Amino acid sequence: MKILVCISHVPDTTSKINFSENNTKFDSSGVQYVINPYDEFALTRAMWFKEKQGASVTVATVGNATTEPTLRKALAIGADDAIRVNTEALDGFTVAKELAEIVKNGGYNLVLAGKESIDYNGGMVPAMLATLLDFNFVNACIGLEIEGDKATISREIDGGKETLSANLPLIIAGQKGLVEEKDLRIPNMRGIMMARQKPLAIVESSNGKATTSIVSFEKQPAKSACKLVDADNVGELISLLHNEAKVI
Amino acid sequence: MSVLVFAESSEGKFKKSALEVTSYGKKVAEQLGTNLVVLTINSSESAVLYNYGAEKVLTVSNDALKIFNAKIVANIVKQAAEKESAQVVIIDSNANGLYFAPIVAANLNAGFASNVIALPTAIAPFTVKRKTFSNKAFNNTQILTDIKVIGLAKNSFGLVENKVSGTTEAFSPILVESNLVSTAIEQTKGKVTIADADIVVSGGRGLKGPENWGMIEELASVLGAATACSKPVSDLGWRPHSEHVGQTGKPVSSNLYIAIGISGAIQHLAGVNSSKVKVVINTDPEAPFFKAADYGIVGDAFEVVPKLIEKLKEFKANNA
Ligand SMILES: Cc1cc2nc3c(=O)[nH]c(=O)nc-3n(C[C@H](O)[C@H](O)[C@H](O)COP(=O)(O)OP(=O)(O)OC[C@H]3O[C@@H](n4cnc5c(N)ncnc54)[C@H](O)[C@@H]3O)c2cc1C
Repeated sequence: MKILVCISHVPDTTSKINFSENNTKFDSSGVQYVINPYDEFALTRAMWFKEKQGASVTVATVGNATTEPTLRKALAIGADDAIRVNTEALDGFTVAKELAEIVKNGGYNLVLAGKESIDYNGGMVPAMLATLLDFNFVNACIGLEIEGDKATISREIDGGKETLSANLPLIIAGQKGLVEEKDLRIPNMRGIMMARQKPLAIVESSNGKATTSIVSFEKQPAKSACKLVDADNVGELISLLHNEAKVI
Repeated sequence: MSVLVFAESSEGKFKKSALEVTSYGKKVAEQLGTNLVVLTINSSESAVLYNYGAEKVLTVSNDALKIFNAKIVANIVKQAAEKESAQVVIIDSNANGLYFAPIVAANLNAGFASNVIALPTAIAPFTVKRKTFSNKAFNNTQILTDIKVIGLAKNSFGLVENKVSGTTEAFSPILVESNLVSTAIEQTKGKVTIADADIVVSGGRGLKGPENWGMIEELASVLGAATACSKPVSDLGWRPHSEHVGQTGKPVSSNLYIAIGISGAIQHLAGVNSSKVKVVINTDPEAPFFKAADYGIVGDAFEVVPKLIEKLKEFKANNA
């Protein structure tokens, strides 16, 4: 089994979100970057397939050189090698096209990604990648088992879950459930040392034409102060919700 | 030329989101000076869509489509888009919509904007406003391709009645092959899901343990609400993962969100702040949730919630 894990390099979840250049760019000053949490679930599942079923695990990202520490972290967690496509990831469709080249050239038969990145929240790269490659695809994946060429997959649906079966090649977009929170790994010293020696290939971009373009950002508008209700007077809360907010 | 909307139904009935995307699609069609076409699969009540502006309804009836398959549905949408020369294709953000919308875009070689929350702010270049950074901000995105695919965020536009005299046309698309097979579906019927709920009642670590969720469920049941929880509560196994809301859980965009014993960490707030009205009940007046909430009670949940349930029951009885 040859696994490719798609890694997005995103601001840490605690980051304050600010914009620069007249609200046209994300202001990355002082921001810590991490492996996108959904991709971390995918990577953790991939490590299981490596250790239990002898799969090889490559991680890939589309991004400039600033994304390399994030790839090194994935190598420290245990991936065998890494690929960086050297271009800014500005448009989900273009990113999917870049990754499609990587999958074709590398002969991967299982691609694990996250259901969305927590920065741009596009939720589109894995599905588009699967369509470009004509691979089976399951979104919002909360369970994946592979036996030989056969995969059993579960996905979250509104109000429940669905179990599916498919042959490889397969792409899934994962979320919690694919692995549990406690399964996530923090790289140890040995992993970090080894990661420095592992191959990180830089691939030139195929320069696809962007299909979308973000022209500006806006912050959430400031909120008015919270109205406090006395704990002994919950009836007042009900009347505010009924008469003022009109939500009950 | 046209605007094409996909209206999802479940057991023949349209979901609320289907009426929302139809309402939205009608306005987009007006902006573009064109007609709205709505595509439905195995729905028995297409005329309802006329009330929300559907000039033409395409109905696909096929038992092979009883179980959703993203690849097959995406391909049907593509065929409908080509047949109707759609300039814009609009899909909701239910679990299935999120799954197949990007496939539609890839099929049509079209730019895709997900999480759209409002009508296009410009037609040329076509520009839409989207949620980004997990609800901490918005961006304005231009879609640069001839055909545009939009994923409309839930509860962002609402239902707008707009009665037209529509027509219904049977549509028989080709079904593409897929060897991805659904083997089992487990779905709780009759329980309000977080995604569809107007009201969500959510509990955090402040509730001390799973044995204390009885009052959360009772409060939810009095309000007709869905139940949710913070991440540590699901990590600890007190509640199922499907209830975890926040930046790395489910997004909530209900009309009312009630947070009980939840501190209001940035990752939690990111996922719930598109709810219209937020209420917090917390013993700690310094809890960050008070900065994000509209209404708050500083108090012990174990005292406040039972009182609230009692008063709500009285209120419901008087307002029935
Ligand atoms: C990468 C990452 C992603 C994350 N994603 C999410 C996410 O998606 N969703 C999420 O929720 N969290 C997420 N978190 C976790 C987040 O940082 C917080 O740890 C979490 O939200 C806290 O949960 P809580 O409010 O239930 O618990 P706590 O922070 O422990 O808060 C408990 C609250 O209960 C109050 N309390 C105690 N007793 C009572 C009582 N008797 N009555 C009333 N109030 C009481 C306390 O004052 C306190 O404010 C994420 C963290 C990381 C690092």
